[in-house]
Amino acid sequence: MRRLDWERIASVVLIAPSAIAIAIFVYGFIGFTGFVSLSNWRQLLPDFTLVGLRNYQRLFANPRFQIDLRNTVVFTVLFLGACLVIGFLLAVLLDRGIKGEGIFRSIYLFPYAISFIVTGVVWRWLLNPGTAEAGSVGINLLFEKFGLGFLKWGWYTDPTVLYIHPESGVGQLLQRVGLGALAYSNFGMSVAIISLVIAATWQMSGYTMVLYLAGLRSIPEELREAARVDGASEVQILRHVVLPLLQPITLSAVIILGHISLKIYDLVVAMTGSGPGFATDVPAYFMWETTFQANRFNQGASIATVLLLMVAVLVVPYLVYSIRTEAKI
Amino acid sequence: MTYTIKKGDTLWALAEKYLGSGFAWPAIMASTNQKNIEDTTFAYIANADVIHPGWKLLIPSKEDAEEFLATFDMGKPELLFGKRAKGQVVIGSWWTAGGEAEGLKGLFDIYKKKYPDVEIVNATVAGGAGSVFKGVLKTRLIGGNPPDTFQLHAGLEVEGYSPEKYLKPLDDLYASEGWEKVFPADLVALLKSYKAHYWGVPVNIHRSNVLWYNKALFEKAGVTPPTNFDEFFAVCEALKAKGIVPYVLANNQGWEAPHAFESVLAGTCGAEKYGGLWTGAVPWTDPCVAAALENLKRMVSYANTDYPALTWDAGAGYIVDGKGAMFIMGDWANGYFMAKGFTGYGWASPPGTKGIFIVLSDSFAMPAEAPNPDNAAAWLKVCGSKEGQMAFNPKKGSICARTDCDPTPFNDYLKSAMADWAKDAIVPSVVHGAAAYEAWATDYKNVVSLFLTTGDVAATQTALQAACVDAGICK
Repeated sequence: MRRLDWERIASVVLIAPSAIAIAIFVYGFIGFTGFVSLSNWRQLLPDFTLVGLRNYQRLFANPRFQIDLRNTVVFTVLFLGACLVIGFLLAVLLDRGIKGEGIFRSIYLFPYAISFIVTGVVWRWLLNPGTAEAGSVGINLLFEKFGLGFLKWGWYTDPTVLYIHPESGVGQLLQRVGLGALAYSNFGMSVAIISLVIAATWQMSGYTMVLYLAGLRSIPEELREAARVDGASEVQILRHVVLPLLQPITLSAVIILGHISLKIYDLVVAMTGSGPGFATDVPAYFMWETTFQANRFNQGASIATVLLLMVAVLVVPYLVYSIRTEAKI
Repeated sequence: MTYTIKKGDTLWALAEKYLGSGFAWPAIMASTNQKNIEDTTFAYIANADVIHPGWKLLIPSKEDAEEFLATFDMGKPELLFGKRAKGQVVIGSWWTAGGEAEGLKGLFDIYKKKYPDVEIVNATVAGGAGSVFKGVLKTRLIGGNPPDTFQLHAGLEVEGYSPEKYLKPLDDLYASEGWEKVFPADLVALLKSYKAHYWGVPVNIHRSNVLWYNKALFEKAGVTPPTNFDEFFAVCEALKAKGIVPYVLANNQGWEAPHAFESVLAGTCGAEKYGGLWTGAVPWTDPCVAAALENLKRMVSYANTDYPALTWDAGAGYIVDGKGAMFIMGDWANGYFMAKGFTGYGWASPPGTKGIFIVLSDSFAMPAEAPNPDNAAAWLKVCGSKEGQMAFNPKKGSICARTDCDPTPFNDYLKSAMADWAKDAIVPSVVHGAAAYEAWATDYKNVVSLFLTTGDVAATQTALQAACVDAGICK
């Protein structure tokens, strides 16, 4: 009995430093940011007068922030989809047991070791479209040289926003069912964001591949054998045996990639900046500008809080799920 | 008093003659050596027994000599050689490239010569118009870890640093250095525009409204620099007909196009109305703002389509490479052209702005908590001195804030800018911190950047007015 008490005390003492540090430097600062987002701190000198939710009202009324939210959703969907599909395909191909698997694995994983800044700079040059009069550069030049000139376009400099036009058929249908607000350019997709998706996918799909490869390797060969004995084709095995067993991997990948894409900042800074008409602007970039250029610390904090809530929507259900599964074991 | 040594003089004899006692000779040696640190025309006396005819000495007053001798002690001979500043001076700026970095180095060289024992820490952070530097600096100021001195645009930008708390007013330095007399009155007014105190020492003057053009392309299309918007668009048509991009637009960092719009606004509304827009005398609902937006919209239609990929220097590079004919950028572009060894450029006022000088000025400020305030004050003196400004400006591609600079070392463009500076109507730049508080300037930039793609004149004008109201200037 005495021995047990001693162990208890020791464990509390050992955990205390990191618990206190996390309480202050993570949760304390989150709390402080939330507090600032309700304050009137609008110059370098702090002003902690509380103004309620006014900062949030103004934020959501700001056209730039509306565009940022649209961009975040579009970017996240495209980036997640591309990474999962490409990562999974690469993993399945490598899992075939080809020669030199180690080399291919390293090649595909290598971009993950580079910082987003480097990726951003390189892809800014590659996707720089040049001008019609002075000639193409980068990938557009490559297209031209290979006779694929019709593929040339403005990449991240193209200000086009694709959206459901209110006067189009679909737009009128939406209006009839009371969802007319969706037929609005702020619910569209700016094509410039595709360039960002390409760069981010190039960097992260190798990582997704490694996750899937580990998952594939952990599926016992017996299960596949059993399916084969039952007369299933390889595609059917993939569809009905492998994919369901990979579900936890997919979930982890979505969580990891999802929070990266919601918080993305460095890639945007290095590659495109805000883009034409804020076509590639993201909330984190706006947060930095409004805080450190316009001195609106209150507005910056409200953007940070909105970002936190967005990530929480993604991560909290996952945490609940994994804690429950652990409890079962 | 200054004394020049004649044949047969000794320090002992001079001390006897001017200070009443030969024993006062260390006072003459110390004061001369101290003066030598600032002004090398005075002698440096390494050995009291070896002096030469023709050397210039500084003989102190009797009171000063007595004060010195009271603390002097033969056991501390270093006191004879003058007190030299020691330690560090941390200088924050966003000058990292080309002529800017060379100009900064020119200032460093002067400082090092005067204060050889002070280590200069060059705390630069790259990023056009200081966009990145300012974020770093604000973090350092709030965190109580500021540099000794830092770069600041003269004018209302200082409001963003809460100067009452974080900066030192420099009124005393202005009085002791007599700067109010050597800087032009318009600039003095701008420097004092926040709470009637001086917060920075200007090293230079830049002009925001300059239209740069490629001479060879103008010749090819047979056009001359336009003076108003009708001519400008006619020139654009002529260039376009030759397959040349008429107007180069850049906006990668989000300030380049709003910068060009400053010139368009002044060119369309005129100097007086333009100035009034920033003081609240003219509302943004004025029809001239809509006309300026229409002009900008038309300019964008003649511009390169890859403008979101171009930073200001990449835009200037289009002029160098002949990829575009005209570019509206501040006169730091001149320094860029010189650094590239490019001479085939010409300059003019952007349409409608002849006789208007949109000004911005780089200055240096001192944080209230500067760790080495004496060294920082010495730096500010170098910045405001004629010697410092002459070393800095020809390289940076700007003109002196002082009016007594010699125009000889400046190139042709800068000579013309000096002439304009003396006679034009002076109005402040908004993108570069002179005209408006930073929060308002940021809103202005966002609204103009968005306008480039939407082209919605009415909505943009409403948003510009809303930004002015939000800043507390318009009603």
